[in-house]
Amino acid sequence: MFVSINWIKEYVDLEGLDIKKLINSFTLATAEVEDIIVKGDDLRDVVVGEILSVENHPNSKKLHLLKVDGGDKIYDVVCGAPNVHENMKIAFVKAGGRVPAGEITKATVAGFESEGMCCSAFELGISDDKSGLMEIDVDAPNGTDLKDIYPIEDIIFEVDNKSLTNRPDLWGHYGIAREFAALTDRELKPLPLSELAYDGDEKIKVTVARPDLVYRYSCVKMDNITKNTSPMSLQIRLYYCGMRGINLLADLTNYIMLEMGQPTHAFDANKIDEIVVDTPKEDCKFTTLDNTERDITTDTLLIQNGTTPVAIAGIMGGLDSEIVGNTDAVVLECANFDGVSVRKSSSRLGLRTDASARYEKMLDPEMTVTAAKRFAYLLTSIDAGAKVASQLTDEYVRKYPEISIDFNKAYVDKYTGIDITNERIVKTLTALGFGVTENGDNFTVKVPSYRATKDVTIKADIIEEITRIYGYDNFSIITTKSPLKPVRSAPVRSESNEIKDILVKHYNLHEVHSYIWGDVRKYKKLGIDVEENVKILNIESSDNGTIRNSMLPTLLLAASENKDFGESYGIFEIGRVVDGLKENGYANERRRLGIVLYDKTVTEKDLFFKAITIINNIFSQIKHKAPEFKKVAPVHAWQHPKNTAEITCDGKKIGILNTLHPTNAQKLDKVAKVVCIEIDVDDFITVKGDNIEFCEPSTQQSTYYDLSLIMKEGTTFAMLSECWNALNLSELDSVKVIDTYDNGEIKSVTVRLIFSAKDRTLEMDEVQGWINTILENLKKIGIELRN
Amino acid sequence: MLDKAQQLKVQFGEKVAVAATPADLEQLRIEFLGKKGYISSLMAELRNVPNERKKEAGQIINEVKQFIEESIKTKNIELAKLEEERLINAAEDYDVTFPITEDKGSYHPITLVQRELEDIFAGMGFSIEDYDEIVDDYHCFEALNIPKHHPARDMQDTYYLSTNQLLKTHTSAAQNAILKKYTPELEADRPIRVIFPGRCFRNEKIDACHENTFFQMEGVMVDKDISISNLIYFMKTMLSEVFRQDITVRLRPGFFPFVEPGFELDIQCTICKGEGCPSCKDSGWLELCPCGMIHPNVLISGGLDPEKYTGFAFGLGLTRLAMMRYGIKDIRVFNSCNLKSLSQFENTTFTTPEKEVK
Repeated sequence: MFVSINWIKEYVDLEGLDIKKLINSFTLATAEVEDIIVKGDDLRDVVVGEILSVENHPNSKKLHLLKVDGGDKIYDVVCGAPNVHENMKIAFVKAGGRVPAGEITKATVAGFESEGMCCSAFELGISDDKSGLMEIDVDAPNGTDLKDIYPIEDIIFEVDNKSLTNRPDLWGHYGIAREFAALTDRELKPLPLSELAYDGDEKIKVTVARPDLVYRYSCVKMDNITKNTSPMSLQIRLYYCGMRGINLLADLTNYIMLEMGQPTHAFDANKIDEIVVDTPKEDCKFTTLDNTERDITTDTLLIQNGTTPVAIAGIMGGLDSEIVGNTDAVVLECANFDGVSVRKSSSRLGLRTDASARYEKMLDPEMTVTAAKRFAYLLTSIDAGAKVASQLTDEYVRKYPEISIDFNKAYVDKYTGIDITNERIVKTLTALGFGVTENGDNFTVKVPSYRATKDVTIKADIIEEITRIYGYDNFSIITTKSPLKPVRSAPVRSESNEIKDILVKHYNLHEVHSYIWGDVRKYKKLGIDVEENVKILNIESSDNGTIRNSMLPTLLLAASENKDFGESYGIFEIGRVVDGLKENGYANERRRLGIVLYDKTVTEKDLFFKAITIINNIFSQIKHKAPEFKKVAPVHAWQHPKNTAEITCDGKKIGILNTLHPTNAQKLDKVAKVVCIEIDVDDFITVKGDNIEFCEPSTQQSTYYDLSLIMKEGTTFAMLSECWNALNLSELDSVKVIDTYDNGEIKSVTVRLIFSAKDRTLEMDEVQGWINTILENLKKIGIELRN
Repeated sequence: MLDKAQQLKVQFGEKVAVAATPADLEQLRIEFLGKKGYISSLMAELRNVPNERKKEAGQIINEVKQFIEESIKTKNIELAKLEEERLINAAEDYDVTFPITEDKGSYHPITLVQRELEDIFAGMGFSIEDYDEIVDDYHCFEALNIPKHHPARDMQDTYYLSTNQLLKTHTSAAQNAILKKYTPELEADRPIRVIFPGRCFRNEKIDACHENTFFQMEGVMVDKDISISNLIYFMKTMLSEVFRQDITVRLRPGFFPFVEPGFELDIQCTICKGEGCPSCKDSGWLELCPCGMIHPNVLISGGLDPEKYTGFAFGLGLTRLAMMRYGIKDIRVFNSCNLKSLSQFENTTFTTPEKEVK
């Protein structure tokens, strides 16, 4: 919103104050100022001139040769404006002077010398009217500086609308002036109003059929209006504040909106018999004054003349009842509609106007009648013959409750941490319009109506009023007195961090972030279907409408999209998935670690076993435990039917390890091998970590015995382990695979069994005895020694 | 005898001179000093020497023997030296400037910035909490004093789910749960000091400056007598740590339903020190984080008596801080999964402060 300092000065005396500093303190106390624009600086030597004579240019149909009285002398001017005539008072810039577009110099135009320029309002930077020369509408002798008769010099500042969201009172100059008054300790002058004097019986009938959507509807008729253009000074002010002049009545409604924040609407009185405020019974079409036909739904509040719609309440008037140049009577609507209803209608229609933006903020219904009185004042001061032509209709359907708040000095001290005096408190609140009753250190404040629609309701709101005017820069800053306490962080954070460290530092993996939803189209490239899961109802692209149930598809995509990064890389993410629904119907959100290994340089088998070492390492480093792996049927179609394994620890499922189904693997990459891991971090953190139990190393010599075993089809290493674990030998230290052999026919594995005893050096006979038992066990499952 | 001894000496001298390896030397030792060697046979011949000359002859043989032993020893050392030299000369001269490529892992930049902030907050006595990304209307809005018809709840800003839940639009969605979780602490006279970083979602069109998925970090502190003055002190101290320099802050009123009063906190531009430059759009200030005193209704929803306890809350845009920290101009980098971008964030050492805040 643009604010004019000239306008503010009508209500607060800013004499002697540094305006820019003042605007800065407005930023700190009230709302952010985004820009300050100094107006009128770029105008020099522009004076009131009078066209004494007009001659046609001999060689041009468009140009005229003028004699212009510039006050000091008569100037020759070549002018191309269409509306020139003798005795016309215009804005004249002498050669050497300047307008926003640049300096004006003496020049020869089409063979004739021109000693200056007659200006349009646009050329002066005070309007967007380019239609012709601006006619001076006030009495002033020729040669008078234009800045002396028009408010061309001004400081305009732009306030960030977002920072006014919660301050309906600041959507007009008068409310902003109140802030300036409080900030400068100066008086706020009252708005000049006219009483709505009328003796007759006429009164516009108003029916509010939807009292749930209306707070107040006031209206009055005025007639005998003879003027239809606004004074230039008013037009300049509107233009500086971002509006264009239309006609007197429309300009006045805009003026009141910019001044008080209260939108009003002027209907052509000839088109209004009785007003009904209602929503239509069925959907209909309505053409607004911007000549656009709009679809009106049954929950859009309309202003109707009887049953004919004439405006969309609080948003925009209709084309048919628009004020046109020759209107001599007007019905002025000053209403207060429900903010939520206006916002919803406006967003449904895709039509956001200055009026709707204000209603959305929950305006003060107390303003409507004041706005009507202000309108009457302004109209009669411009068009003296205009008269009030009806009684005021005022349907005050709903009122906001009065708000009164009690607090004491101790509360202010506690909340602020500093000492703000009672005097300061009273002064500030009074300046902002609060009614303050002081009783020692206890206060009762009555919230003014323009702050009571939603903004100020509780004690803490009062604190804000006091402190922002006091100035946060003036606060002394003090540390807290809270006692020390030990800090514990959620295990999920510390263990997630450890996992990341292991993966990055030990295995050189790369951490990525992917979206929480699956992308149907991208998944298709890998032949992966998005599986049924919780949906996002309103995402822009329906391709992304389903929340992922596994980290891996998004990571597989990421892996496939990084092919030009390298021959071999691994990526991981700790993110969220939804694994079905909980009992209460809510999404079962899980933290999951997803890892994808991508490699063109090794076999899939090697990569698979690398994945196992990664998992083992995560468990041993963080839990000091070893996970177990068990082949399972694939959960997802893209997992390999054979090589999908569950990762368990303490009998609990923690995650899954798999290679890709050949179909998906081929689609992802014809050469590279890919292996996936997914660990449920929420389950992982519940695994109780083992303590380190120190054990004195044996000082006795250890003995080893190597066995080369032929592996039959279907034999797993776990089956071999059983054969020596069955002996339950405390002397068997460890078993390592030292070699594997596979010539296509025979598959064998060489294991080294390492034995030692704490109390003695083992005799070969003793070891041979154990080995014999182990070999017998192996024989039982059909495992033979290789020769 | 004498002659023979002298001959042996000469003979050995010739042979030892051409011995090139320890093996040659060993051969010589066996040849001359071995059981069947020349010296032994000379000793055997001693029998034939007349008694009166036996002593002298024995001495001579011994001398030759000692000479041979010494020579072998010396020659051995000499050869060892030669061998060392040979090994050194034969060794490859490694090129230390040869480029070595080694795979290195990387952290997501958000992880790095998050860890840095977590360290700072942990140092200030804050616990770190992790919270759901999918929440319900109560936690995201209602418990935060955001009324039913507040624009923030409109469909266009929030991703609503088929489970009657939503993707959290701000980390504040955790406030209620955290206030409740820490109430026993508060009642045991220990203040609530918690930060909770997290991923947030807004239904926005993506471009270089906008993402629908981004990270925030929120913090709360609640105790008896927490004041606005404490809030300013804390923010200034914390931000000075984050930016590793003394930071000047200013507060402006800012409206957020869950705080009262609410503030927009600006820091004085760290590049121009408030003089005005392109980074701060000539204002001298950078809008950094919203903060405020926790709204009494939020405290009540969290089960706390606002007459007894007060507190403040603040939010930091982790994604934005990461952009400032690393000079990332396009926000899309974060969720791109592009390793050419992300692999640059190799470890936990950060850019130097001079490069910060661009």
